[in-house]
Amino acid sequence: MELLIASAIGVLTAAGIYMVLRQRTFSVIIGTSLLSYAVNVFLFASGRLTVNAPPVLRDGVSVYADPLPQALVLTAIVISFGMTAVVVIMALGSYLSAGDDLVDVPDPHADIPQAPQTLRGEAAE
Amino acid sequence: MSLFLIVALPFLGALLPGLMIRAGRQACFIATFTVSALAFVGLMTHLPAVWRGEVATARLEWLPDLGLNMNLFLDPLGFMFAALILGIGLLIIIYARWYLSRDDNMGEFFSYLLLFQGAMVGIVLSDNILMLLVFWELTSLSSFLLIGFWKHLPEGRQGARMALTVTGMGGLAMIGGMLILGQIVGSYDLTVILEKRDLIQASPLYLPALLLILTGCFTKSAQFPFHFWLPHAMSAPTPVSAYLHSATMVKAGLFLMARMWPVLSGTDVWVTLVCSVGLITMVLGAFIAFFKNDLKALLAFSTVSHLGLICFLLGTGTTFGAMAAVFHILNHASFKAALFMVAGIVDHGVHTRDMRKLGGLQHVMPLTFMLATLAGLSMAGIPLLNGFISKEMMLEEAVHTTLFGSPLLVAIVATIGALFSAAYSFRFISHTFLGAERDDYPAHPHDPKAGLWFSPALLMIPVIILGVAPFLAEPFVRLVTEAVVGGVAELPEEHLALWHGFKPALFMSMIAVVGGLVWLALFSPLSRLWNAAPRPEAKDIFDALIKALASGAGRFSRALHDGSFNRYAAIMVLTIIALGAHAWFTGTAGGATRDMLTMTPIAVMLWGMLIAATCFLVFYQRNRLAVLILMGIIGLIVSVSFNYFSAPDLALTQISVEVVTIILLLLALNFLPNRSPVESSAGRRTRDAVIAIIGGVAVAGLAWTILMSGFPQASISEYHLANSYKGGGGDNVVNVILVDFRGFDTFGEIIVLGIAALVIYALTEALLNGPVRAKLLNREFEEVRAGDKHPLMMVVLTRVMMPVVLMVGVYIFLRGHNEPGGGFVAGLVVAIAVVMQYMASGFAWAEKRQRYPYHGIIGAGVLCAGLTGIGAWFAGEPFLTSAFGYFRIPPMQEFELATAMGFDLGVFLSVVGAVLLLLESFFRLGRRAGTEDSEFAIDIDPSRTDTAKEG
Repeated sequence: MELLIASAIGVLTAAGIYMVLRQRTFSVIIGTSLLSYAVNVFLFASGRLTVNAPPVLRDGVSVYADPLPQALVLTAIVISFGMTAVVVIMALGSYLSAGDDLVDVPDPHADIPQAPQTLRGEAAE
Repeated sequence: MSLFLIVALPFLGALLPGLMIRAGRQACFIATFTVSALAFVGLMTHLPAVWRGEVATARLEWLPDLGLNMNLFLDPLGFMFAALILGIGLLIIIYARWYLSRDDNMGEFFSYLLLFQGAMVGIVLSDNILMLLVFWELTSLSSFLLIGFWKHLPEGRQGARMALTVTGMGGLAMIGGMLILGQIVGSYDLTVILEKRDLIQASPLYLPALLLILTGCFTKSAQFPFHFWLPHAMSAPTPVSAYLHSATMVKAGLFLMARMWPVLSGTDVWVTLVCSVGLITMVLGAFIAFFKNDLKALLAFSTVSHLGLICFLLGTGTTFGAMAAVFHILNHASFKAALFMVAGIVDHGVHTRDMRKLGGLQHVMPLTFMLATLAGLSMAGIPLLNGFISKEMMLEEAVHTTLFGSPLLVAIVATIGALFSAAYSFRFISHTFLGAERDDYPAHPHDPKAGLWFSPALLMIPVIILGVAPFLAEPFVRLVTEAVVGGVAELPEEHLALWHGFKPALFMSMIAVVGGLVWLALFSPLSRLWNAAPRPEAKDIFDALIKALASGAGRFSRALHDGSFNRYAAIMVLTIIALGAHAWFTGTAGGATRDMLTMTPIAVMLWGMLIAATCFLVFYQRNRLAVLILMGIIGLIVSVSFNYFSAPDLALTQISVEVVTIILLLLALNFLPNRSPVESSAGRRTRDAVIAIIGGVAVAGLAWTILMSGFPQASISEYHLANSYKGGGGDNVVNVILVDFRGFDTFGEIIVLGIAALVIYALTEALLNGPVRAKLLNREFEEVRAGDKHPLMMVVLTRVMMPVVLMVGVYIFLRGHNEPGGGFVAGLVVAIAVVMQYMASGFAWAEKRQRYPYHGIIGAGVLCAGLTGIGAWFAGEPFLTSAFGYFRIPPMQEFELATAMGFDLGVFLSVVGAVLLLLESFFRLGRRAGTEDSEFAIDIDPSRTDTAKEG
């Protein structure tokens, strides 16, 4: 079973990385979502795998799954949803205002400021 | 008064002028003056104790583990400097009140001044070198604000920037030096360090520490080759120059050298370095000062020169040198502050500071002339004025100092320095005030109001008294010198006196004065030579250096940041893989200690589906709708596996998040193109695939290793399992961890979620109010739109389902503490119930029936969780401590009530509010103007005759 989980995490990660390296915002968002799955499962798996022992206390039961990673992953799932939503609205905004959904700055040197204007301007004075 | 209060008063008082200026300039002035005067009086209450040789201390632990404590102490040396800073500060405040024009923002000025004053007092009273460094940097910052106070002047801005750069860099060196010193001694307490002379000087780290600390001192005190910032700082308002360059800022470096004198001085490096730098600065400063036509520039270089003189005296390492240095610090502060103020008065009256346009002012400004003559002659070293006494002591010390093996060298250089010094002092007086009255002054000169001449006049009292009767100052100077020397050596026999007999120093003094007069007489030819001679301009070098650095940094960052997100992502992935590989190959991993769980056929099947879905997703990634469907499948399988591996809470959360995520992405896809074009070359795709596969294999290997090995040490989970019921009153350990054990984390999480939703709301608003709005309104759709906007079946179904889903939500919420469920899941379920209505019946319909703003729901959630946490305070417990009890209300069964429920309610509300707010924002984007929303509850209603026929 561990083999299945480990390989599934690997496949999800690989797919996530590949998608993040695409040039369109939508693909990158899908990539980060896939990475979120992989990371969440990975974190969950750090508590080791347990079958049929949910961490809900019962009389006479002494073996429980590790509750801590579960609690951490639970909030991580909700937060990664929030993060995805923020990225999506940013991607939408850039697509609607720029007219394309490329993730790269088309002409980087045009947009990245050179030395601060004041420095250049006043040194000459 | 407590030392803390003396340091804190100027800082606290810095808030006042900015506020009081609304009540007028006079009120602003009085507030500033009162604050400073209070601190001064507070300091003076310590005078009797200091006189008795007691050292007042005030200690407050701040970060004791780092050795960073707010320790202050007041010894004679600190007292002298604090008295100079606060005393001259008072005079400067009076002067500035009358100097600043109505166009200047006096409140801002006095705020900066008090800030600076507080930082300076902090430096001289610190007993902890880390605190001292903090104050040291504060003086650099606040002096930047003061020097650049006239923001409209480019020279002011450049001068301020240059001062900040030079002193700031020096400050960095100083931090390094001080940290090394602290390492050597093992304590950052100054009083401890000062007792470890032998330990420090024997350490191999002594030299680097010394060099770094001296760099800091030299930059601050404008010693060669860092002297160039000081003259450029002259574009500041004159009160600033008078304050910074007479008694405070530039003296900070000297103060530190005096403070560190017991442990750093006396070695060959110290004597050679400090003496020669001091002598060079003294002669060079005095030489240049002579040729400056601007009164303030002359005074600036003269300050550089005098700082060099004091630096030299400290550098000799003898106690007599230290005594002379202490005395000259006092004398220089008095006559130099006065001279700067005189320069300001001349500027005020004549509207120029250029000596070529001045001269003959003694006829029209007699009072100013008198002040300038007294202070100027003191600076020149004429008997009966205080400058003479300390200059004689300096010459005396020079006679006894041997540098580079030559006993005469120092004496000759010092005499030359004194000669230039006398020359520029005479020039200051004669070229400004003597000669015939001119008729081409830029303005009509006159003596100023009392407010302006009061301060320099007051300063003339010590200039004359100490000049005539220097023995009056002797007990105090000896006290301070004793503090500087710190018991390392015996105090000198010599006394402060006007007449020492026919000693070499007297002849050197005479040579200097006569030579100075001759030098002045030769001014015209010398000045022509000076103007013709090529000389390096410090500002040009500095500017070129800064420009080169800035453009170099620009090139570097442009090469690294080429704007390609893919590139950054690839670099990041590869770096993480490399770091992981490094850790893997250099560290040791425990072997497999766990047995593998047996694979079930269903598990293998699900695994196969997951792999297939992921592979399809990558291969069909251009078809974005297909990608979403495949994402849904992946999410579903992940939820199922959570459930299988004993994590019901996770399964519930994952599956409900999955629903909202897919809805979100569908909404986004509504605006984005439906297909990704083929762009990257095969080579690039291969490269990306290789990176991705390496990453995947690495993560899979890591996961495998972790899964197969046991815990390296006992997990804290045992504690949670054992105390969940006892301490948290809940059976569902995951939920108890969320709302109780780690409630503070969760509190942060819901706030973050709320902020994310608000960010999305704000971005949507910005989009809808910007140029994008027109684009949204005139959108052409690629695909055919659905014929029926609100399908009857879906509308009916969602409305019937709504109460059921809400009830499920409440149920999940209530059982959360003891069974799988809780606020997060319940919040998501309820949000889905509402979103279904938006989807089925349309935005307008749903919005009309929505009474509570989602912002408010988020706020209520955070408030609810926070108040539950605060509630614990009333029981005398820390924030978020939970309590629970069991109750019975007939005819119901016994049930449990826990405060954690209130917290979970907060989580629930925040999640509902956040999810709905962000989805609603997306819905709003999709709403086009001109879309007619049906006024009926259902578009198609068979019982209505006029049913709209749309589509």
